[in-house]
Amino acid sequence: MIEVDARGFSCPIPVVKTTQALDGHPGKPVIVLVDSEVARENVSRLARSRGYSVKVEQVLDGYRLQLAPAGK
Amino acid sequence: MAISSRITIILAGLIFGALGSLLVEWGNPGNMGICVACFYRDIAGALGLHRVGVVQYIRPEIIGFVLGAFISAYGFREFRARGGSSPMVRFFLGAFVVIGALVFLGCPIRALLRLAGGDLNGITAVAGLILGAVIGILFLKQGFNLGRSSATKRANGWIVPVAMLALLLLAIFPPGFIFESEKGPGATHVALWIALLAGLVVGILVQRTRMCMVGGWRDLFLIKNTHLFGGIAGFFVGALLLNLILGHVSWGFEGQPVAHTNHLWNFLGMVLVGLGSVLLGGCPLRQTILSGEGDTDAGMTVLGFFAGAAFAHNFLLASTPDGPTDFGQVAVIVGLVFAMSVGFLMRDRT
Repeated sequence: MIEVDARGFSCPIPVVKTTQALDGHPGKPVIVLVDSEVARENVSRLARSRGYSVKVEQVLDGYRLQLAPAGK
Repeated sequence: MAISSRITIILAGLIFGALGSLLVEWGNPGNMGICVACFYRDIAGALGLHRVGVVQYIRPEIIGFVLGAFISAYGFREFRARGGSSPMVRFFLGAFVVIGALVFLGCPIRALLRLAGGDLNGITAVAGLILGAVIGILFLKQGFNLGRSSATKRANGWIVPVAMLALLLLAIFPPGFIFESEKGPGATHVALWIALLAGLVVGILVQRTRMCMVGGWRDLFLIKNTHLFGGIAGFFVGALLLNLILGHVSWGFEGQPVAHTNHLWNFLGMVLVGLGSVLLGGCPLRQTILSGEGDTDAGMTVLGFFAGAAFAHNFLLASTPDGPTDFGQVAVIVGLVFAMSVGFLMRDRT
């Protein structure tokens, strides 16, 4: 499983790291860890705009976002 | 959800832009209803950090931005005390961003307000801002970041809001050591409570919508996303509409309020602002808002804004309506070299 740990990074670094992960592994699900509302919103928006579904799970120190390519 | 947040940020931009125009109608300087860099400069002057008599005034708008963000962040359970992401670098980037803005005579917000008032020098400024943002994106794509921040004790996050409350008290009950301009832009201002109220409204709107006057351009080019740009567009349209209604629009390059027409240095000053802001993660307004949400790194950036504003006037870096100064041109070059070095040296090796 591809995991991006973007906790502690401020806008726009989580989005940059997620973009690189999506580009690097087309068609694969990606997990992104973030620790702020803003990062959760930004990464979710990015993923949806690229056709991924987003499942948000609240964890101890932030959010765990499961990005899955459409249709899988 | 996506559609409603999109409409919200455009509406917030419209309201914010309209306020930018109305504040001029109610008493702020021409095309300067809101200018984050200029207002930090005025507060630095009021505190005696520089002694240029025409730009000294505790601008309650800035206080409102921080307190509005603080209230909003608490109300929506988003206040998080955090810090430790290259505070020193942020301090200097903040200082250079304000210096770049004061060579142009406006932050990214005032660049749009100037354009919405017919000041065509705003075009050069926005072009510079975009180029600066694009250079910043190149660094981002190569793995640039200022490092992770971590959670810290809650009280750390209160320092900037409490300092702003103290500034508010100094504004309401000014002791003898506070300077206040008797003429010039520093003496041109709306009533304290109007400025504070406008600042609070903007603080809440920007905290909720994450609006950013540099982030909008950045996301447009970096991830082809127009969400944040909606805020910029809304802001410009709101300001332009109100200016047209109020008769504040006068098209041209020459004779614009608090402005000069040196295109090269307007452009380069704003390249520095765009680049510095992308490296920092947001424009001066956004940094101000974050400093109210518990982000102590943004708090360091805010201190950098004050320092940069003080240097800008103590060292004669800030432009005048006659144009940029020699020292100001050197400072922009030094700032660009500093920002590019930061962008280059602070990449993750992967």
